[in-house]
Amino acid sequence: MSAKHGAAPAERRDGREGAARKPAIPKAAGSKSKAAASGPTRRMGPIVPASSVSGNTLIMVIAIMTYLAALTVGAADLVRRTADDWARDVVRETTIQIRPAEGRDMDASVARAAEIGRSAAGVVDVRPYSKQETARLLEPWLGTGLSFDDLPIPRLVVLRLSGETPFDAVALKEKLEREVPGATLDDHRRFLDRLVAMARTIVWLGVGVLALMLTATVLSVVFATRGAMAGNRDIVQVLHFVGARDGYIAGQFQRRFLRLGLKGGLAGGIAAFLTFMVAGFTAEQGVGSAAVDQMDALFGRFQVGASAYAGVVAIVLLIAALTSITSRVTVYRTLRAMN
Amino acid sequence: MLRFENVGLRYGLGPEVLRDLTFAIEPNSFQFLTGPSGAGKTSLLRLMFLALKPTRGLVRVFGRDILTLPQRELPGLRRRIGVVFQDFRLLDHMTTYENVALPLRVAGRDESSYRAEVVELLGWVGLGERLDALPLVLSGGEKQRAAIARALVAQPEMLLADEPTGNVDPQLARRILRLFVELHKSGTSVVIATHDIALMDLYDAKRLVLHEGRLHVYE
Ligand SMILES: Nc1ncnc2c1ncn2[C@@H]1O[C@H](COP(=O)(O)OP(=O)(O)O)[C@@H](O)[C@H]1O
Ligand SMILES: [Mg+2]
Repeated sequence: MSAKHGAAPAERRDGREGAARKPAIPKAAGSKSKAAASGPTRRMGPIVPASSVSGNTLIMVIAIMTYLAALTVGAADLVRRTADDWARDVVRETTIQIRPAEGRDMDASVARAAEIGRSAAGVVDVRPYSKQETARLLEPWLGTGLSFDDLPIPRLVVLRLSGETPFDAVALKEKLEREVPGATLDDHRRFLDRLVAMARTIVWLGVGVLALMLTATVLSVVFATRGAMAGNRDIVQVLHFVGARDGYIAGQFQRRFLRLGLKGGLAGGIAAFLTFMVAGFTAEQGVGSAAVDQMDALFGRFQVGASAYAGVVAIVLLIAALTSITSRVTVYRTLRAMN
Repeated sequence: MLRFENVGLRYGLGPEVLRDLTFAIEPNSFQFLTGPSGAGKTSLLRLMFLALKPTRGLVRVFGRDILTLPQRELPGLRRRIGVVFQDFRLLDHMTTYENVALPLRVAGRDESSYRAEVVELLGWVGLGERLDALPLVLSGGEKQRAAIARALVAQPEMLLADEPTGNVDPQLARRILRLFVELHKSGTSVVIATHDIALMDLYDAKRLVLHEGRLHVYE
């Protein structure tokens, strides 16, 4: 059965007789009268009013979560890169140190140690430091103008490692101690290995913290969506009665929440960018001072890399997407519970 | 187009509000649904527009059994039914135009495709000058007509109206009744729930009378 409101209503508002217009029937030819044609273009307001969603609170929560998540990403990235540097250095070289002693022929000992080092598996290059070179290394601490001939200076042999062929530090250490009196193999390898392992743990911790923060964000959005739906119950009911599908209703809420997610995410992301830049700038200011240089040597320059900035952008997008998807799923679930 | 068989309804653990209802709404028919206040008119309308499921009995709407109807098919059926609520249920944050256009909007239609129709329909119910007014500033009669326009805009096959003249003066009530009669003549089935005897005397139509939970039909 098709409804056709063919007849004009018996009564019109202005009470004038005749000239009765047909009611608005979409396909009725000629019904696009002047009133309709002159109708202004209308921008439709949102179906879920902005004021009905406790938006500012959620934006704050999302901004804070994004900020903390971004800082976590930055910190984890810094630690990861430092650990990578360490790991690379550790693979690259190790040092034999020969302590001076009364009546010990240092040059012979260095030569012997270099020979042993060269024959060890995994060593690609051996560089014995001469007395002068060693002295130069010590200059910053002892100053120039000292005669090193009189000082008992330890001597160094630096071994460059291939990193591919396995290098047996323990065997080399034992052989050196047996054959070259006063020689030790610097054991910073194992120490650094442990530091690297620790750094990796910290990175994984960061990933865990990140996951927790994203979960907290999702939960906040669930609560906010439920609140918005409870506050807009009348709207949801009317939408149902006029034949809206659940997907359409969910889409209306999702649109609202995507906006909130983007706003909060951007605020948090920009704050994190600024923090990185200020921290990098502050670190830059200290370059040249001994303390900062030593920090640099140990931890690398506090300079957040491009990967961290990319990570922040990813976090912002991820949080906006999570917000939007979470609200959609929550609306679906709530609608199902309502029916 | 709508068929009830031995339908019973109770709210929660309360008494049966409706009992053993067996009747049909035929295509292109006009009927009053009447009975004293509290007789169950609104409840019966709720069953008819699929807002409630019966506690027993069979309700078929457009040939579909609503007890076994999958959830996702509800919107499709609801779009074929126009409802005028007793309390209008206009959305306060939307203009008259937006409220009336809502059924078309949620059906996914483009605004430019229905603007002319909606403006014309609003003119038809006498709200041509009130397109941009929010419900808060509309009078009771204007809200009533906006609610009616929203129920009509998608050209439903069946129109259900709950006390559509309850809040208006007798003169406007007569105009609204005439509007429904026109609608019926153009092919729509109309059910008007009312306890206003004077209104029913204005138009000779079938009466469904609710009394103590049971329905009596007077042709
Ligand atoms: N949501 C509800 N919950 C419980 N009881 C209700 C509800 N709605 C209506 N009733 C009861 O059902 C009976 C019929 O109400 P209603 O259908 O509104 O009658 P009418 O529209 O004819 O005045 C009344 O006794 C009323 O108290
Ligand atoms: Mg009622």
